[in-house]
Amino acid sequence: MELDGKVPSGPIESLWDDHRFDMKLINPANKRKYRIIVVGSGLAGASAAATLGELGYNVDCFCFQDSPRRAHSVAAQGGINAAKNYQNDGDSVRRLFFDTVKGGDFRSREANVYRLAQISNKIIDQCAAQGVPFAREYGGLLDNRSFGGAQVSRTFYARGQTGQQLLLGAYGALNRQIAAGTVRMHSRVELLDLVLVDGHAKGIITRHLVSGRIARWAANAVVLATGGYGNIFYLSTNAMGCNVTATYRAYRKGAFFANPCFTQIHPTCIPVAGEHQSKLTLMSESLRNDGRIWVPKAVGDGRAAADIPEEERDYYLERKYPAFGNLSPRDISSRAAKEVCDEGRGVGKLGRGVYLDFADAIGRLGEDVIRQRYGNLFDMYEKITGENPYRVPMRIYPASHYTMGGLWVDYNLQSTIPGLHVIGEANFSDHGANRLGASALMQGLADGYFVIADTVAHYIASNPGDVPDTDAAEFREAEQDVRDRIQKLLDVDGSRSVDSFHRELGAIMWEYCGMSRNAEGLQKAIGMIGELRERFWREVSITGENEEFNVSLEKGGRVADFLEFGEVLCYDALNRDESCGAHFREEHQTPDGEAKRNDEAYAYVAAWEFKGVGQKPELHKEPLKFEHVQLATRSYK
Amino acid sequence: MNDEETMDLRLHVWRQKDSKSPGKMVTYRANGISPDMSFLEMLDVVNEELVTAGKPPIAFDHDCREGICGMCSLVINGVPHGPQQGTTACQLHMRHFRHGDEITIEPWRARAFPVIRDLVVDRRSLDRVLQAGGYVSVNTGSAPDANAIPVPQDNAEAAFDAAACIGCGACVAACPNASASLFVAAKAQQLSLLPQGQPEREKRAIHMVEAMDREGFGGCTNHYECEAVCPKGIPVRYIADLNRDFLRSALTSREVKPLPPAVDAEE
Ligand SMILES: Cc1cc2nc3c(=O)[nH]c(=O)nc-3n(C[C@H](O)[C@H](O)[C@H](O)COP(=O)(O)OP(=O)(O)OC[C@H]3O[C@@H](n4cnc5c(N)ncnc54)[C@H](O)[C@@H]3O)c2cc1C
Ligand code: FES
Repeated sequence: MELDGKVPSGPIESLWDDHRFDMKLINPANKRKYRIIVVGSGLAGASAAATLGELGYNVDCFCFQDSPRRAHSVAAQGGINAAKNYQNDGDSVRRLFFDTVKGGDFRSREANVYRLAQISNKIIDQCAAQGVPFAREYGGLLDNRSFGGAQVSRTFYARGQTGQQLLLGAYGALNRQIAAGTVRMHSRVELLDLVLVDGHAKGIITRHLVSGRIARWAANAVVLATGGYGNIFYLSTNAMGCNVTATYRAYRKGAFFANPCFTQIHPTCIPVAGEHQSKLTLMSESLRNDGRIWVPKAVGDGRAAADIPEEERDYYLERKYPAFGNLSPRDISSRAAKEVCDEGRGVGKLGRGVYLDFADAIGRLGEDVIRQRYGNLFDMYEKITGENPYRVPMRIYPASHYTMGGLWVDYNLQSTIPGLHVIGEANFSDHGANRLGASALMQGLADGYFVIADTVAHYIASNPGDVPDTDAAEFREAEQDVRDRIQKLLDVDGSRSVDSFHRELGAIMWEYCGMSRNAEGLQKAIGMIGELRERFWREVSITGENEEFNVSLEKGGRVADFLEFGEVLCYDALNRDESCGAHFREEHQTPDGEAKRNDEAYAYVAAWEFKGVGQKPELHKEPLKFEHVQLATRSYK
Repeated sequence: MNDEETMDLRLHVWRQKDSKSPGKMVTYRANGISPDMSFLEMLDVVNEELVTAGKPPIAFDHDCREGICGMCSLVINGVPHGPQQGTTACQLHMRHFRHGDEITIEPWRARAFPVIRDLVVDRRSLDRVLQAGGYVSVNTGSAPDANAIPVPQDNAEAAFDAAACIGCGACVAACPNASASLFVAAKAQQLSLLPQGQPEREKRAIHMVEAMDREGFGGCTNHYECEAVCPKGIPVRYIADLNRDFLRSALTSREVKPLPPAVDAEE
């Protein structure tokens, strides 16, 4: 089946405005009769729930943390893009659109990206009005910086805490609606299944993480804003609780999963220190502005950095990519780091690391300037590693960071299940095969503040009708399925921890479906995942019972879903027999190791339909047309 | 890594099955701990052993493990977030401990933070205080251009200093009165320092302070323990600023009516 993104026709510049005019509205007095479920309280979910509440809908919002303010969005550091052109440096909606499509290596839908670029400006207005303390210039106007190699300064930021500050803005808006009674917030409550009535998403089944209470919730429409699945690699820059459960459960109920193999690896993270490692910490990309990346020229050189003379160092990014050097894009820098470590030239105890050296910059600018620019990052590095980066070079290594793939959505951000809308990192929509820095925050807030209210209204107005009764058979059956699955987890009664399985799955994914992939490895991985899943259901130890605060049970359910989803990811990577963006297939590279895209055969979105656990999912394609940005090869030489 | 580099520790941990059961300190061994581990990774090691032996793991809150989500909340040797200043428990590393150390680990203790299990407490009272007014009332879509209202750089920086609060509640846990004054003051001052926060400034101070009382947090009697443990270094002078706003609004405002108490949704 060929999928239709339902992009309206017309000039791209006025597409969204025209479409908004064409969509149906709901009378203000009627809005409170409609109930909407929003799962997730990160930037996407909190902004959506608050906005829907302001409009007068009856909203139920869910998150698994103890407070909506702790959603993973809180951890974003660098900034948020917008096409304001406050710096008068040639930026425009068109340029942001262009950069995003190109950065995504031509695997995203033009119309969605154009809308995102248009909306970006309104996001900054909204957040400033909420009291988000953005960085400012002496004159009191907003400051911008250039981020991730962009040629214009369009990134707005709040020191190294842009995510937390934007989230607190959205959380404030959400709190205001909670106080007004339009939003009911359910924290420490996890979605475990989606409920369909007559093929439409009409409710969810949840587990209360404190009491274990299983509950049914019905609504006129459901919005998922549950974030990305980068934790499938076990070690990632994501928070420990990030998971695929909500989107995977929706996938099992019929929502197509798009481009799962587009996963982003971030080049500058603190390397693994030992087998106890539970997560990896991102060091801001901005460090690459002044740090020089190198490894010893000789394999197995065990000397301390200071003892390696200049001529025995390999500044490999500067050597291979003279134009961009240490600022080469994320995917290219990551792969280059892996390559030198694979050759046995990595540094640090475990040999999986490269130096990010500030000695030259300190010599040139002085330690004070470097402290001013990166002081808190250097402090954080020292806290974690116990090493002083003013004296010895930092060590960095790539880590799983962001997932471009997600549930397939059309132009209205509706999935293949009518009534189920998906926003933020949970959908696949705007970043193609590779996301640019500072664009995820923008997308989450664009979806939540400015898109979803119009499109959900259109869905509800086109499908009016009462909120279904939670005693209906569909709800009872879904609840029973959830209960059976929990019981099954508790009944295994083995002796291996959930974490040990997660770690093993992560190792498989990282080895065969991480920074570079090939057909043979992917096939092997699919077999290994299936086998690991079987062992999980025989050997896992989940103590206690459902009716209590049960950490193992909570994690067990999430890892069980990862153990199914991992195969989908590998099938997608296997199917996409080209290299593009973050997806690097070793079979498709130029003689000097650059990615070779294949637009003839793969200029489409791959959307997968669930066909049973352990079965190959069915592929559906949404062809991508490029009418406004010319298909071109990325080159950073 | 060679054996000399690892350490063996004795942990005394608060275990409590649920809010209704009594709790007690239980002793565990944590052996072979590497100095490179974070404090929470050390607990992971202990939990791995418990789970493998079929015993319930020690429950503790955590998520980002990088000092920004405010979820981790351990009192380590009597100090919220432990011995290292300006550091959350998740960023505290084991190289700050020695082989043979005894470490006590307890939950945040405050009337407004009932224990859920072991080291996990219910902090929704903090959310409810902010629901009483910790925001600027601006509907989506109604904002003027972001540069229409310039903000002096110093004010923006000071507002940021206040906004850096991660809402962990260490200030409450450290305070002999279990007061949330530093938490409330940080939010109030972030907004009071910005032009966008002016219209609701007085109403905000009154409503949040009242909500804090209602939730069972104590008052501030200038112990300054909060500032000492705050992982983000929020200064206590914001409390004095909040008190000024509160007094001024109590004296001048007529139409500020107390909000009805906030209620949590059923779940
Ligand atoms: C370290 C780091 C730094 C980053 N820096 C930047 C940056 O500088 N700029 C940028 O643009 N992007 C950045 N990103 C990416 C960006 O932060 C995320 O993509 C974005 O915040 C995701 O927002 P979200 O609202 O979609 O999801 P999240 O913020 O992840 O929120 C997910 C929500 O869903 C809830 N949830 C999940 N599953 C369930 C379930 N089963 N039941 C109930 N609730 C559930 C969670 O409780 C949470 O509330 C960064 C990411 C990381 C990891
Ligand atoms: S776990 Fe997020 S601050 Fe410690």
